[in-house]
Amino acid sequence: MKLVTAVIKPFKLDDVKTALESFGVNGLTVTEASGYGRQKGHTEVYRGAEYTVDLVPKVRIEVLVDDADAQDVIDVVVKSAQTGRIGDGKVWSVPVETAVRVRTGERGPEAL
Amino acid sequence: MPEAFSAGDTAWLLTSAALVLLMTPGLALFYGGMVRAKSVLNMMMMSFGAMAVVTVLWVLFGYSMAFGDDVGAGLLGDPTQFLGLDGLMSADSLVFGIPSLVFVGFQGCFAVLTVALISGAIADRAKFSAWMVFVAVWSVVVYFPVAHWVFAFDGATAGEDSLGGWIANDLLALDFAGGTAVHINAGAAGLACALVLGKRIGFGKEPLRPHNLTLVMLGAGLLWFGWFGFNAGSAVAANDFTALAWINTFVAPGAAVLGWLLVERLRDGHATSLGAASGVVAGLVGITPAAASVTPVGAIVLGAVVGAVCALAVGLKYRFGYDDSLDVVGVHLVGGLVGTLLIGLLASDSTPAGVAGLLYGGGVDQLWRQAVGAFAVLAFSFVLSWVIAKAVDVAMGFRITEEDEVTGVDVTTHAESAYELGTGPTGSGFHPTRSTTPTSEIPGQKVDA
Repeated sequence: MKLVTAVIKPFKLDDVKTALESFGVNGLTVTEASGYGRQKGHTEVYRGAEYTVDLVPKVRIEVLVDDADAQDVIDVVVKSAQTGRIGDGKVWSVPVETAVRVRTGERGPEAL
Repeated sequence: MPEAFSAGDTAWLLTSAALVLLMTPGLALFYGGMVRAKSVLNMMMMSFGAMAVVTVLWVLFGYSMAFGDDVGAGLLGDPTQFLGLDGLMSADSLVFGIPSLVFVGFQGCFAVLTVALISGAIADRAKFSAWMVFVAVWSVVVYFPVAHWVFAFDGATAGEDSLGGWIANDLLALDFAGGTAVHINAGAAGLACALVLGKRIGFGKEPLRPHNLTLVMLGAGLLWFGWFGFNAGSAVAANDFTALAWINTFVAPGAAVLGWLLVERLRDGHATSLGAASGVVAGLVGITPAAASVTPVGAIVLGAVVGAVCALAVGLKYRFGYDDSLDVVGVHLVGGLVGTLLIGLLASDSTPAGVAGLLYGGGVDQLWRQAVGAFAVLAFSFVLSWVIAKAVDVAMGFRITEEDEVTGVDVTTHAESAYELGTGPTGSGFHPTRSTTPTSEIPGQKVDA
């Protein structure tokens, strides 16, 4: 199993969710996040004083998938989250040792 | 000469007084939105604290100090003459044809607002108890005398032979509704307080951003609304003075917003909402002394200049390194000075005030009178405010501890927080009836002793 994590622009969440559902992903976890990459933050001005806000709002999506699906899921996220402009985000995957469905106690791929 | 009682004037002054009182809660919103979420309640409490202390002092002896018969060279009214408003309750006690008590109330609201204005300079870090002491002492030592200088006219409040203040009667500087007594006075005091208390932790390094600009806009709107009472009420009648003051109060803030936003657009690239709200207040401050001595077109010029100058002046604190948190200096001191001095240039003899400034062929006569009045109040207020603030600081500490400041003055001083947003840690000990309910009791369950 793999854990695919994506940090994307908040307004792309619906597109990514729809695309993942179409692909066949059954569940995912969404967290509000903030951070920055190469684009850095934005500037706010109050009575002429400029404040640089480093951390910009992001959304983090986490999906547990079978090893075989991981690459495709990553592609689906990238395709659906892409605007081509700076700050689109990142996607990565990491191996997962085990997963358990709390309700039934199923383990491994059965738990997905 | 005593004027006959006028029901119309009285009705308007009662209305105006209530409008002016509303300015202080409006100011609380204006200031409250500009501080961080952790200190909005303290910011608002400083305004409400001023309402509490000044109203009481005003009735006890403040009015008498401001409007009692002069007891020395136009500097101070007799504090005992109207002690407890004695002698002002009878039907024949009139000021400008309205019952004296109406005038007492109207002027009292000015005193409340002026003191509350100062609090903007010491946001986030003032000890509330120390602020209350400062308010009481400052009102007595600074505001009541200065109000006497500016607002007490010979023969007005204590019979035909009564003597008033030096700026109103000897200097003859024009200050229709209190550019000197209110705004220069509060601005200079704000600067003094900011210097005594020192900078907020993080000033100039961390973003100390306003937490709620909608409150700021709402507060600015209420201030503008109340200011119609402040300026148009200052005619102490419902007449041609009132009409001109109303129109000038209507147009000057508009022009000031344009002036402020233009500066912002050119300097920063954005016309901001905080700039618009600040422009409204700057324009109102500027037109206050001039409301009945400039034409409506003069008010537009005055408003635009004040708006632009104040937009530039709020940056001074970063250049000189004093933390006038919410720009009491940049808006009220600078705006008050510009408005008061511009009378010397823009006053028109076609107005009810009937005085011509430099640009209307009146020469520099009015200009120097304006300058002397403005800088006398500035110097008096700054020096005494600094001494009072320093004395309060030495006696009881004017500033909260560093730890309390970082935690937030609302929780540490008032044991309250402004917003309950349903996230974060929740409390585990709730004591609705502190004396009888054991802390571990669950409703409906007996707890063994």
